[in-house]
Amino acid sequence: MTTDAPILSVSDLFVKRGGVPVLDLPAFSIRKGETVGLIGPNGAGKSTLLLALACLIKRERGRILFHGQVVSTRRETFAYRRRIAVVFQEPLLFDTTVYANVASGLDIRHLDRQEIGERVTRRLGQFGIEHLRNRSARKLSGGEAQRTSLARAFAIDPEIVFLDEPFSSLDPPTREGLLEDLHRILKETGTTAVMATHDRLEALRLSDRMAVMRDGEVVQIGPADTIIHHPADEFVASFVGMETILTGRVSGCGPGTIRVDLGVGELEAVGEARPGEAVRCCIRPENVTLQLPAAREETSARNLFPARVEKIQPLGLFHRVLLDCGFPLTAYVTSQSISDLNLREGAGVQAAFKATAVHVIRHEK
Amino acid sequence: MDMILEGLKQAFYLLVTFDPEVMGITWLSLKISGTATFFSLFFGISVGTVVALTEFPGRRLVVSLINTGMGLPPVVAGLIVTIFLWRNGPLGFLEILYTPTAMIIAQSLIAAPIVTGISLASIQQLPRNLRLQILALGANRLQMVWILIKEARLPLLAAVMAGFGGVISEVGASIMVGGNIKGYSRVLTTATVMETGKGNFEIALALGFILLLLAFIINAVLTQVQQRQRPR
Repeated sequence: MTTDAPILSVSDLFVKRGGVPVLDLPAFSIRKGETVGLIGPNGAGKSTLLLALACLIKRERGRILFHGQVVSTRRETFAYRRRIAVVFQEPLLFDTTVYANVASGLDIRHLDRQEIGERVTRRLGQFGIEHLRNRSARKLSGGEAQRTSLARAFAIDPEIVFLDEPFSSLDPPTREGLLEDLHRILKETGTTAVMATHDRLEALRLSDRMAVMRDGEVVQIGPADTIIHHPADEFVASFVGMETILTGRVSGCGPGTIRVDLGVGELEAVGEARPGEAVRCCIRPENVTLQLPAAREETSARNLFPARVEKIQPLGLFHRVLLDCGFPLTAYVTSQSISDLNLREGAGVQAAFKATAVHVIRHEK
Repeated sequence: MDMILEGLKQAFYLLVTFDPEVMGITWLSLKISGTATFFSLFFGISVGTVVALTEFPGRRLVVSLINTGMGLPPVVAGLIVTIFLWRNGPLGFLEILYTPTAMIIAQSLIAAPIVTGISLASIQQLPRNLRLQILALGANRLQMVWILIKEARLPLLAAVMAGFGGVISEVGASIMVGGNIKGYSRVLTTATVMETGKGNFEIALALGFILLLLAFIINAVLTQVQQRQRPR
């Protein structure tokens, strides 16, 4: 669905809040049909960027082109806002029924009753909240409320949907289900999306491209793989690279486990996926153990790789050890282990981690 | 003690027989205070909403003035209206001092800051992003304001009740600008003051009981509203 023509492009975007610059963006563009993930720590300017892109906050300066047309005057801004949608972290539902909430954007556009009914019913079904249609919005759980909010946004058939950390106040299982549905609906409808999140895995799951923000600037933007494997600087590396993320293809499935071919080796992980499917494997550094090559202890760890120590960085109470196993791998080890194993840069070791320590992200694109 | 019992009996009798004078006074009270509340709602909700939604220099001062106005003593309101409507006053030519119209003006002056203050607070307590969310749904400014007022409808109902409750029970301004003229500008409170002064406790008690009843109804509705507002 992604084409090269930018649906939205901005240049020289500058936003101040209370006299302080909070956003400074020389250029940024979004292609039709793609999903862009905005990640960065709190206060990096993700929400501000979203609101500025949606023309909901005043900008000091900055040119916004939608389908190549300037959005600047009140009238242009109003027309633009009728073709986009925004979903906030809080569901911000109106004090009425779920149905009326989902219908609200269409009511505002004065569509006729019958069309509103059809469109609302379709979205309620898509987001799995048909059974809640006559429920008061005040009586919904967090997940149901956010589903209603998403259905309300999609009901107006927006060309771009801006999502401002829509899942961050939900508990993990609820978030998981909603993420899955959103992914599917974005693909089904071909809607262009920009989503701010501070959860890298969430961004990884949905995004075609990722933009990493810090202090009101986009420090790196590009395909998710590029950002993970070639972070532009120390900040991006520390933000996205807290854990090892490897891309591979499922080569075999066992009962409850899968084997993933990384191109330079194979690893075993707990999870479900179809053979041939592209997946990403995330391994947290604290789950990687190191041992000397000579040691042939029996272990339950399903993954054992010969590795070379690339770099050792002290992190206060422990050290971060960057390894080369044919693929990059990061491990956290204590200072005691560093001296016991006599670890130094260039040394050869064995890296091990359990199949249960691998977090598999299915990424069907 | 006998006097109180006798008074209560008399009051009950006046009520159940729908004593024409008592009913007339009650009806006039409702008419004057209801009309004044209606005008103050127009003023209060519009001004309250505008102040809540806009930024302008001196906004803080305006908000403090509104809050101060919420406690405007009725006699001061009565004094101001009297001065304006006095024969030689700026609006003396209207010749409406000591009429129900003057009472409506005075009571509107008392209720307006109350309604404005509560409206301001109810619109302001809506989540900040709600405004952006409504605009993002494609609303124009007018639609946005309308939706916000609808969202704040429960606390706004409280504004209605507080405004009405404030004016139906005030006596100072009503006596000053209405004059407590029998069958013309005599309302529940002014009549109660007068009958008490004359020692006609049974009538005073009957009138007082009606006032209490009205206060009870207002509070019952308010409580109902508050209970319907479940926590989010």
